[in-house]
Amino acid sequence: MGRWLTSGRVFWLGLFAVTWLLSQYSFQLYKALDARWIIRYPKKWQLPLEDSISAFLNWLVETANFYFFTFRELTRAIAALLEAPYQFLRNLLIEGFTTGYGDSAVQLAPSLGWVAVVVCAIAIGHYARNWALAALVGACFLYLAIFGQWHSAMITLASVLIAVPIGAVGGLFLGIAAYRVPWFNRLLQPVLDLMQTVPVFAYLVPILILFGFGPVAALVATVVYAMPPMVRITILSLRSVPEEIQEAGRMAGCTRRQIMWKVLVPSATPSLMVGVNQVIMLSLNMVIIASMIGAGGLGFDVLASLRRLDIGAGIEAGLAIVVMAIALDRASQAFAERSQRSLPDGNLLQRHPWSSTVLLVILANLVLGHFIPALQTYPDAMTLTTGPFWSDAMEWINVNFFDTFEAVKVVVLQGLLLPVKKFFSGIPWAWGIIATGLISWRIGGWKLGVMAALMMAFIAASGLWGKAMVTIYLCGVSVLIATVIGIPLGIWAAEKPAAGRVILGLMDTLQTLPSFVYLIPVVMLFRVGDFSAMIAVVLYALAPAVRYAAHGLRDVPEQMIEAGVMSGCTKRQLLWRVKLPLATPQLLLGLNQTIMLAISMLVITALVGTRDLGQEVYIALTKANAGQGIVAGLSVAFIAIVADRIVNALAEGQRRRLGL
Amino acid sequence: MKYISVAAAAFLAASPALAQESADPIKLTLHDWSGQLITTTLMGEVLEEAGYNVEYVQADYIAQFAGLKTGDLHVAMELWETTAREAMDEAFATGNVVNLGETGMMAIEEWWYPSYMEERCPGLPNWEALKDCAEEFATAETAPMGRYLGGPVTWGGFDDERVEALELDFEVVHAGTDAALFAELEAAYQRKDPIMLWLYSPHWAPAKFEGSYVEFPPYSPECYNDPSVGVNPDAAYDCGKPTGPIWKAAWAGLGEKWPNAETAIKNFKISNEDMGAMVADVDLNGKSVEEVVAAWMSENKDAWSSWIVK
Repeated sequence: MGRWLTSGRVFWLGLFAVTWLLSQYSFQLYKALDARWIIRYPKKWQLPLEDSISAFLNWLVETANFYFFTFRELTRAIAALLEAPYQFLRNLLIEGFTTGYGDSAVQLAPSLGWVAVVVCAIAIGHYARNWALAALVGACFLYLAIFGQWHSAMITLASVLIAVPIGAVGGLFLGIAAYRVPWFNRLLQPVLDLMQTVPVFAYLVPILILFGFGPVAALVATVVYAMPPMVRITILSLRSVPEEIQEAGRMAGCTRRQIMWKVLVPSATPSLMVGVNQVIMLSLNMVIIASMIGAGGLGFDVLASLRRLDIGAGIEAGLAIVVMAIALDRASQAFAERSQRSLPDGNLLQRHPWSSTVLLVILANLVLGHFIPALQTYPDAMTLTTGPFWSDAMEWINVNFFDTFEAVKVVVLQGLLLPVKKFFSGIPWAWGIIATGLISWRIGGWKLGVMAALMMAFIAASGLWGKAMVTIYLCGVSVLIATVIGIPLGIWAAEKPAAGRVILGLMDTLQTLPSFVYLIPVVMLFRVGDFSAMIAVVLYALAPAVRYAAHGLRDVPEQMIEAGVMSGCTKRQLLWRVKLPLATPQLLLGLNQTIMLAISMLVITALVGTRDLGQEVYIALTKANAGQGIVAGLSVAFIAIVADRIVNALAEGQRRRLGL
Repeated sequence: MKYISVAAAAFLAASPALAQESADPIKLTLHDWSGQLITTTLMGEVLEEAGYNVEYVQADYIAQFAGLKTGDLHVAMELWETTAREAMDEAFATGNVVNLGETGMMAIEEWWYPSYMEERCPGLPNWEALKDCAEEFATAETAPMGRYLGGPVTWGGFDDERVEALELDFEVVHAGTDAALFAELEAAYQRKDPIMLWLYSPHWAPAKFEGSYVEFPPYSPECYNDPSVGVNPDAAYDCGKPTGPIWKAAWAGLGEKWPNAETAIKNFKISNEDMGAMVADVDLNGKSVEEVVAAWMSENKDAWSSWIVK
């Protein structure tokens, strides 16, 4: 008994017991003491943050003046700067080059024909690695043409081609600055946290006002969202360049600048490319939201077809985004791994076989396309559609299996969702703040404890406590389910490589397929409510749980497994006693990412109709109330940051215990 | 270009100070539902016939006001009284956005049920029938109360109040977006399951699915403001929802830069029937917006050419 009752266990059990009691009896307590403040944060204590933020933004947008120019003129100038290359790409890929408007328009040159673009893609694939990659990338682009997604896909491609270089290069420079200047690094870290966790909807309205309506505002939002991983990876990979390499650079008499660009950056390139890859993926994640503020393209097709309930068309446009993500992802990864090859000898044509081929094809396409329109624009008559199939399949499932789904739903709802919801929404706000502080203190030290308590206090003081609790409940349950499903899948993927390829491919698809595409079928089967929202969150947040579990298990050092086998472990013991404990830090990292993704999904679930912070952000957007949106967005970010710090502290502790 | 030069010539004769109207494109906003795409494309085509350059910009329904205020966007063709009232009031108050009048279409919104529910709840569409058969509309989560699927909370509509005032045994569940609303309707309709939800016209759903709007006591402003009026003497909102016009609005600088275009937009009028037919053609018969608009324009040349200032 004595051994069982360690101080740690007493702490956790006590904390839980107090919280449970307070949650259960808060209402009676309020009645008994006649103190309504126990369950509701008093209105008169609320901070007038919303109004001050709105007022500040108004001032920034309407009157802020830097003597020579206003703030808005500055942002508009940036917008114009972005607009020029974007418009060029659009002309190149879609509209062709013209001068003048309307009737007086004169076409100077047509856009690149679809044949030329496909050949370009194949060339890039082969240049980056080999024929297999070339075939994959080519097939991806052919899919876009054959399934009639070409026009929209090229619009999306144009914005991705602008957003990715800006995100990657901007992230690289910020990362280098943070690497060199310690105070800048300290300043940057919280900003990065906020960039990654504040829902995009929250700052959409200010961006629109500052950068004007249309694709440029969408580009800015995309860059804000997609850049942070690049900055983080840059800092990390510059720091992990071995000291000897720097030393060698210094001995060779490099200046500071030369050390950075000739030594550090080249040796960090493989990890930097991981960052570029993340920028690509996140940019494509933004496609739907970007289309709400004028980016058009595939995201708009998804939204518009789901508004018509044309599920098939929605899935096809959604898959086109996935296909594009696959092509860009594989190509960028290949570039990352590409080794420098020596140039073959010969004349200009022989030395640059691909550049010359592509140039030839483009010219031929230009000339022939003039006579054979099918080469310029993919003929409509030759497009395929699977739309009716999806709609019919959906109807069949709906008619035949609805009752089964309904039964499962009722069980999960009553057995899990509702009790958890009751527990969290019952917690009095004052105790909630204290409890969060205590938990964080216990796991990560007093600094973390104070920070967490302050952040929760901010949420309460903004009058959002109730919605925040619904948020935590919904995310908590979803993360739990995602972990329970995801970790075994990850273990399976690690043990059986063949299954692993299928599982990881599926996870890639789930992550890049816009969640809106499966949200609507989920609503058809499970109706509007928390259950539908939970399914959507689980589907989206599953990927990191699976991926990190698989990665963690594969990374277990060979000699540890050897040692286990030598001491006569069975397969099961090997997994439970050796591999899983050693993989725990990775599993926790996966948990961390699962939580982050679940939280970032909230705004999307608001579209189904949940009553959480996501809904608050969404309402603020539809009312164009910038202050309300930012306050709710910050609340979401704070929950995410507290969760992130706690899980990281747990992982750190586990790593220390394992002596890694 | 013909019209514009004629118009300009007329202007020049009258007041030589006025130069020719700007050749910059007039930016019309596009949203993500077909009716709005049709209305906007129709206006855009007419403006092009009148010699203007037109550009379409995709923009969120509410977020577009930010652009209309600054002049990044110029014209919004469908602002529903029922859903955009607050945003419109706020925008008009700044003086940077002006109201260009009604489109001629009326937004109807009300509780709606599929016709197969009439067997299970005889007496519909009269609302009093709901007093006896609310349970027919129940689901596992709401039983024994009926389930009513309302629009997104931002749409307002006072359904929670209505249920109280009319003493209906219904629980109001709010969908997050109208896509979710129609997803539930389609699924229930396929299974012939009970459903009662918020629908609106002009829209493809009332055309695709057979059913009717519930007939509540008719709306009056007094019914909403004065508890003593209506069937329940102690509660407001004891009546149906108001129907409301669909408005057009524009950036305040439009009239200065393209005066005749503003007049043409003000003149734009179309009926619920015409619009309903066009929406059904696009959403149900799979025609493209451009085709449908071109067909309407060739049939109704007199109507739209009268909008243009000659």
